[in-house]
Amino acid sequence: MSVARPKIEIENLSLDFAADGGSPISVLHEIDLSVSEGEFICIVGPSGCGKSTLLNIACGFLEPTHGQVRIDGVPVERPDRRRVFIFQNTAVFPWLSVEQNIGFGLRSSTADENAATVQRYIEMIGLAGFEKAYPRELSGGMNQRVEIARALASNPDVLFMDEPLGALDYLTRLKMRADLIEIWRQERKTILFVTHDVDESVQLADRIVVMSKRPASVKAVIPVDLPRPRSLDDPEYLRIRDEIFHLMGIDHFGRNEDAPSDSRARPSAE
Amino acid sequence: MRRVRKFLLGLAGIGLFVLCWQLATWGNGRTDVPGPWLALSGLRDLAREGLLWRYIIASVFRVMWGFALAVLAGVPLGLAIGWSGWVRDLLNPLVQLLRPISPIAWLPIAVLMFGGVRWWEPSDLSAIFLIFLASIFPIITAATSAVEGIDAKYLRVATNFEIGGMAMLFQVILPAALPQILTGLRLALGIAWVVLVAAEMLGVQSGLGFQINDSRNNLRYDLVVAAMIVISIIGICLDSAMARIESSALSRRGTAKR
Repeated sequence: MSVARPKIEIENLSLDFAADGGSPISVLHEIDLSVSEGEFICIVGPSGCGKSTLLNIACGFLEPTHGQVRIDGVPVERPDRRRVFIFQNTAVFPWLSVEQNIGFGLRSSTADENAATVQRYIEMIGLAGFEKAYPRELSGGMNQRVEIARALASNPDVLFMDEPLGALDYLTRLKMRADLIEIWRQERKTILFVTHDVDESVQLADRIVVMSKRPASVKAVIPVDLPRPRSLDDPEYLRIRDEIFHLMGIDHFGRNEDAPSDSRARPSAE
Repeated sequence: MRRVRKFLLGLAGIGLFVLCWQLATWGNGRTDVPGPWLALSGLRDLAREGLLWRYIIASVFRVMWGFALAVLAGVPLGLAIGWSGWVRDLLNPLVQLLRPISPIAWLPIAVLMFGGVRWWEPSDLSAIFLIFLASIFPIITAATSAVEGIDAKYLRVATNFEIGGMAMLFQVILPAALPQILTGLRLALGIAWVVLVAAEMLGVQSGLGFQINDSRNNLRYDLVVAAMIVISIIGICLDSAMARIESSALSRRGTAKR
């Protein structure tokens, strides 16, 4: 599904946070990545490494210190309804019902059209019958579905998902992964999906971006060329998973911990 | 069972207080410190006179106007201070400067301000003004901290869907801040009611505060205590009315506590 021009281009992106009184802290360091239209990209890395920050920049919530993110060739300067961010602990509005939440971003000319869109996505996420329910009456998994439906309903071309399943229990997470794949198959959005769960990334992604510890840079980009749904005991699946563990483990167990970041190996940063 | 016990215990606490009151005032005549029975018969006298109802209406009327004006001014001001950095920098020092001044201290100024008014009873206006002052600061403070406490992710969702300006205010900021604002309003109404009685003891010719002052001048301490009881009951009614508004507003949007 490679298209001539990449959908998202992240080019030489760095972010420094100004620390109080001290020298600025480098959070992201010279990140390059290009994503094709309709591609499902997972970004994994140790917690606190700046994966979420990268996503926030790509969505236009934060400004980078250097470099830029281009979507369809146009630099990202502010949030845009054509690409929607999905938050870790759901950001559904507690004061709106399920259908009001899903309809929040809709701009159709007629109310009927909006209502039809809302109904279509309520059915897609399997919440028919809960149209009038409020978020506090639903489980965490149901609320996360509502948020995904709210994002899809406004028909964006890119979804930024920041550990969207991180707060759910194990079984719900497995079910949601399968549903997510199904939704992605139907809707063909370009997805940037941040997670710290290596298994999750191998199950979902076309390509996995492995980030280093802070200051985060791209350590490796690993293609996953397996048909979905992916069997958890397929040898290739296990090989990729272990490769990522290995890539992350180096930092986890401290081998290069005190070395300056630029001496760190960055093999295939594309 | 728990609710019955809770109710009985509450009743016992009040009963104990009334008993102490009875014992402390044993054998006193009508003009000395009145006991519970004298207070109750005073309450009956007040109700019979018909003045009581007029005074209750006068007092509630003043509180409602003062409080309503404070809500109309205080909520937008508080939202603006919480939302905009420069409005905060402009107004917050002033608010902090005015807040510690007891509304009662404004009375001479209020009389001066409204003394020449012809289109309304001046003393009414100064009482309303004091109520307004008593309730506006807690309202501003509640609205400000409600806005500051809004979870940033809701605001991000709104900007993500390219919602701004008035739509942002009415679809996101106000509903997100509503629970805390309503709690603040309830608190402010309680303060307003307390201040009203003090405000009515000076300058006005009607209302429950006036009733207390007037009865004292006539050495009818039984009526003083009777008026105190009425003040308490109406205070409770106002508070529970606010609580009901609060919970119905929040239950409709599904965020009520129960």
